[in-house]
Amino acid sequence: SNRTRALAQQSLTQDQLLQFDDFGNLTLIHVTDAHAHLTPIHFREPDTNIGVGGAAGRVPHVVGKAFQQMFNIAPGSPEAYALTYPDFAALAQTYGRMGGFDRIATIVGAIRAARPDSLLLDGGDTWHGSLTSLKTGGEDMVRVQNLLGVDAMTSHWEFTLGTGRVQELIKMCRFPFLGANIYDAEWDEPAFEPYRIFDKGGLAVGVIGQAFPYLPIANPKWMFPEYSFGIREERMQEVVDELRAQKVDLVVCLSHNGFDVDHKMAGRVRGIDVILSGHTHDAVPEPVLVGETIIIASGSHGKFVSRVDLEVQGGRMTGFRHKLIPVFSDVIQPDAAMTGLIDEIRAPFKAELEEVIGQTEAPLYRRGNFNGSWDDVICDAILSEREAEIALSPGVRWGASVLPGPITREDIHSVTSMTYGQVYRTEMTGETLKTVMEDVADNIFNADPYYQQGGDMVRLGGLAYTIDPGAAMGSRISDMRLLRDDSPIEAARSYVVGGWASVNEGTEGPQIWDLVESHIRRLGTLPARDTASHITIKGLEGQ
Amino acid sequence: MAENVKPRVRVPKTASAGEVVTIKTLISHPMESGQRKDKDGNTIPRSIINRFTAEFNGTMVVDATLEPAISTNPYIEFDMTVPESGQVKFTWYDDDGSVYEDVQAIEIA
Amino acid sequence: LPGHPALAQDAAARTVDQVIAEFTGGAAAAEGEGVTLTAPEIAENGNTVPISVEAPGASAILVIAAGNPTPGVATFRFGELAGNQAASTRIRLAATQDVIAVARMGDGSFVRTAANVKVTIGGCGG
Ligand SMILES: [Mn+2]
Ligand SMILES: [Mn+2]
Repeated sequence: SNRTRALAQQSLTQDQLLQFDDFGNLTLIHVTDAHAHLTPIHFREPDTNIGVGGAAGRVPHVVGKAFQQMFNIAPGSPEAYALTYPDFAALAQTYGRMGGFDRIATIVGAIRAARPDSLLLDGGDTWHGSLTSLKTGGEDMVRVQNLLGVDAMTSHWEFTLGTGRVQELIKMCRFPFLGANIYDAEWDEPAFEPYRIFDKGGLAVGVIGQAFPYLPIANPKWMFPEYSFGIREERMQEVVDELRAQKVDLVVCLSHNGFDVDHKMAGRVRGIDVILSGHTHDAVPEPVLVGETIIIASGSHGKFVSRVDLEVQGGRMTGFRHKLIPVFSDVIQPDAAMTGLIDEIRAPFKAELEEVIGQTEAPLYRRGNFNGSWDDVICDAILSEREAEIALSPGVRWGASVLPGPITREDIHSVTSMTYGQVYRTEMTGETLKTVMEDVADNIFNADPYYQQGGDMVRLGGLAYTIDPGAAMGSRISDMRLLRDDSPIEAARSYVVGGWASVNEGTEGPQIWDLVESHIRRLGTLPARDTASHITIKGLEGQ
Repeated sequence: MAENVKPRVRVPKTASAGEVVTIKTLISHPMESGQRKDKDGNTIPRSIINRFTAEFNGTMVVDATLEPAISTNPYIEFDMTVPESGQVKFTWYDDDGSVYEDVQAIEIA
Repeated sequence: LPGHPALAQDAAARTVDQVIAEFTGGAAAAEGEGVTLTAPEIAENGNTVPISVEAPGASAILVIAAGNPTPGVATFRFGELAGNQAASTRIRLAATQDVIAVARMGDGSFVRTAANVKVTIGGCGG
């Protein structure tokens, strides 16, 4: 808005945001997990991001005030607004929206002007997550990536477009779609280009793609039955060794493993100089060093661009300088060509995107280990529209925040858009519900990162529970109660459960965005409510 | 009797004498475990590939006993030493008495 | 939520110890060096879990799934033209469990190893 533009420009300038003392002889530019958000958004960073085992208290498992202290960030500053959740809605009035690919294009252009031999690497989760990407089958994002000049990408949600569509889009890409860990499921052979060697200013830079390892578990495997994924640590070592044998000067892993998995992998696979980490949506202001490998995490939704300048000598990285550039949309001048393309992409859907569906009194957000306020709205919608006793909503980390005020159809799609959005209605016993919750909890809080899938806890509506994240598999969840009458969940009783994003083929029901829309229309204005009050977390006294 | 049972193998056409080559085999087969029930509650009888063998010019390479825990469309991969030009013979033995065979030639290059 | 492979309990099923004893002729199998079992940390699909076994110098390797209603999976016997004593296949796992490999070595001794494979309902991610 004009107001936030004026305010933001009082405390920030484009030159400040882009300021960087050039260093070394190579520059990497990293963007990841945009989830097809072409235009600037509000995005509240998590208030809860529990680290288990060795990850406790370590980035990215540090939030809020502790994060501000760790990185010496003043409360209320632009950095505090961009990187942490406190006073989010209030600070949004000053600093405005973030992201937008036309702003990202300006940043990339400025870096390239200073450093012609830059590599722009996209960590994936790019083709999914908005109304326009759903309606164009991801083509909108490929056009944007081509114009931006992406040099290579890897993948996760891309595959939820289905194998056929992924192959079509790959043909449109003017850059390689890399995945060393994607195998043909039938013959157990590499199915995608594993790496590409780029010649940049006389340096041979090997870039390995690592797709999300748990695609067939976290997403519907029937949409891409031809492929098998997995962490495949031995394969990663083999590919690194192959690159080293070809005498590359630098080995970069463009990863969609998630931060903790990358942290463990960095300590076990020898010879990777830089891991550009995606999937867990962490915005980390400084590189994390593991042995001789640095890990860079660049946030999500287009909020940040990482610039990494490297000194590369004698076949290895000997020094680095890094900046996580926050994309303040009211401060960064949009790139005209990219604005033109984005306007063209959005034009056919403009009225549909901008239609106001209702109002919200409180900020709506999702990101965090447990229910956010957006999740509560979605669960309420399922409970009322499908007359369910209990609602289940996936603990995904994507979806923009909405400030108090109008909610548009685009906002609803930002938190729901997907190719398997049907809302099912079924019966589950109390025992099954407990099993599901324990299973998901173990996929998030298992002390071994290789068993973590990098999402957040399944969101529950209509049901209260206590969770002890540090407990063993099968004993984290207790005191499950039906909120409707405060009765304990009985193992043998059947409950009517509504939910969406089932990975089962043939799931039937209305699309979640339509259901949420009718719910919001019916209420008109969503009242402020006490988010996640029905979830009790225990065992975190030491953190 | 299982229908449309079709073996497929991946064998290099050439090798050098004494080379160790990787061989991959698949056979389309439901591998009915004998533990599933149909919609009327009747147990579906077990019907699996229970043995697989690979021989090179009559000499045994691998002989595998398979149980119902082997997945649908059994996949077996192993390495073989190629001492000379000749033929690899693959044989799958079905519970129903059927025997399926495939033969592939390897030339010493 | 995906379905789990439903392998019904078979009352007549032999136990893990019985299957191993049948293979070793009652001899003890030492835990450790000499046999390798490679399996994914988490199964992408409990109905088809890729596993590999290797035991240099072994004459045979037995594979069992300790948590299945019937634990037997496969036995690989290696002939003189085996390029090495290794094999890969795909197996059904009814639930999170240990997969066990027992190798009969050239000297007639037995070694065993195990790998835990998690069979999960699945979550949703970033
Ligand atoms: Mn992801
Ligand atoms: Mn993502």
